[in-house]
Amino acid sequence: MDAFSFTRATTLDQAIQSAAQSPTAQQGAEVRFVAGGTTLIDLMKLTVERPKQVVDINGLALDRIESTPDGGLIIGALTRNSDVARHPKVQRDYAVLSQALLSGASPQLRNMATTGGNLLQRTRCVYFRDTAHACNKREPGTGCSAIGGHNRMLAILGTSKDCIATNPSDQNVALAALEATIQIQGAKGKRNVPIAAFYLLPGSTPQRENVLEPGDVITSVTLPAPAAGTRSLYLKLRDRAAYEFALASAAIVIKVDNGKIHHARVALGGVGTKPWRSSEAEAVLQGHVADEALFRKAAEAALKDAQPASENGFKVELSKRCLIRALTMSVKLA
Amino acid sequence: MAKHVPDDEVATSEQPIREEDKKPLFGRVSRRSFLSHLGAAGIAATAPPLLAATAAPAMEAVRDAAPSAEGTVPIKLRINGQDHQLQLDPRTTLLDCLRENLNLPGTKKGCDHGQCGACTVHVNGRRVNSCLSFAVMHPNDEITTIEGIGQPGHLHPMQAAFVEHDGYQCGYCTSGQIMSAVALLKEPVGPSDDDVKQAMYGNICRCGAYPNIVAAVQHARRQA
Repeated sequence: MDAFSFTRATTLDQAIQSAAQSPTAQQGAEVRFVAGGTTLIDLMKLTVERPKQVVDINGLALDRIESTPDGGLIIGALTRNSDVARHPKVQRDYAVLSQALLSGASPQLRNMATTGGNLLQRTRCVYFRDTAHACNKREPGTGCSAIGGHNRMLAILGTSKDCIATNPSDQNVALAALEATIQIQGAKGKRNVPIAAFYLLPGSTPQRENVLEPGDVITSVTLPAPAAGTRSLYLKLRDRAAYEFALASAAIVIKVDNGKIHHARVALGGVGTKPWRSSEAEAVLQGHVADEALFRKAAEAALKDAQPASENGFKVELSKRCLIRALTMSVKLA
Repeated sequence: MAKHVPDDEVATSEQPIREEDKKPLFGRVSRRSFLSHLGAAGIAATAPPLLAATAAPAMEAVRDAAPSAEGTVPIKLRINGQDHQLQLDPRTTLLDCLRENLNLPGTKKGCDHGQCGACTVHVNGRRVNSCLSFAVMHPNDEITTIEGIGQPGHLHPMQAAFVEHDGYQCGYCTSGQIMSAVALLKEPVGPSDDDVKQAMYGNICRCGAYPNIVAAVQHARRQA
């Protein structure tokens, strides 16, 4: 691990000022915040992340979960995954988020990992994580070792000829289906970014994963009030029953009235270069009778543009079946 | 709190090296003694340590030199109820600090990447992987290690249950399993064996002692 200078931010302004000096907030950042450390320290040990300065932000008071006046929920960026998952309002009104969090990582990691850190979770692509291999995300312009290499766990949606790395998070798929907004404070002030606009597709710049600029601190995530009558769930399919990333997953928020779907939000995990909200599936579902034929049609629409790589073609069918199963289960939840 | 004293003859931070042990005789230097003398700065150094007799003269120099002040951070850590004032290279993980700087080797390094759970300790009563946290991140935290859970003759009920149910073979994952299980006692976990497995999946056992581990945990839960 490269040597670095270590500081603790006692105010948000200190954190912003420290990181504003870095030339980028993306891959290659010279200043990194550490919260839980479960992604950053892992990658620093691999010398994939090589910050010159690490700023501990655990002292910033950003770890509360509070209701908003309109019945929504604001989750501090430093809340631990396990606390969010077990919060009574999350379990009652945003069950998909609780289920997604509890399906991920391990109890130990969930006690360390934070909401903000989980938003910024990095890909598990073996070539990204191994500096002996060419990787456009880690070192732009060097090539993608995964295309034509070992890519079984990688993406089939949102890929480019330069990068097919999956976003591995469960939390973010649930947040996408819940239409969360992300509160950011930076050198130029505060802003609110809908999660749909937060992540960037790899395109020809896979080293840029999100819209954060140097100095930006994620301060909270806000969930809108749950639409009346909706239920939600998360289904995760993987090689083992526990402690494994998704091969395919689905986050559903749905309202069914007299057998018809009145509100549907669908997001897919394990298959996208970013958490994959599927407006295509939602358009098929909205206003129609909830039956298997409809679910199949929605699944076909969701995966229509899938571009499998050499080892992950199975994900196209698996992701469809995951979505169909999740919809079938969610309709029974009323 | 009683500290674990290594069986091998060579020095710990408490005992000075004997004259005959400074001679370059292969086998006189144990890995633990060598590493305990390097301290945090040495462990973090980029040059790999040589575990051969030729290391002996370097060992003396490192032992006598004060830790390099440049880039190190002062930190007071509270471990098992005892305060320790340290000056650390910030790269030192909590795991390495416990094992190498504080002579508390009960916590084990399995994967060093948060994937096996062997390094599980409690921070403010909650189970965490100590390999993925820098020691300097914990100035105000209460840290508990396996050494603080119980001692020979005064075993924690969970430790006693692991003994009674033969919940280990090689023992390497065991301290992590026990720390995880003790924390689990204060978490909302369902009553069945499957619930226990679900709550313990962050601790991997290569020997496959899982059925006995589950039995031990269930036994201790019924007592609690």
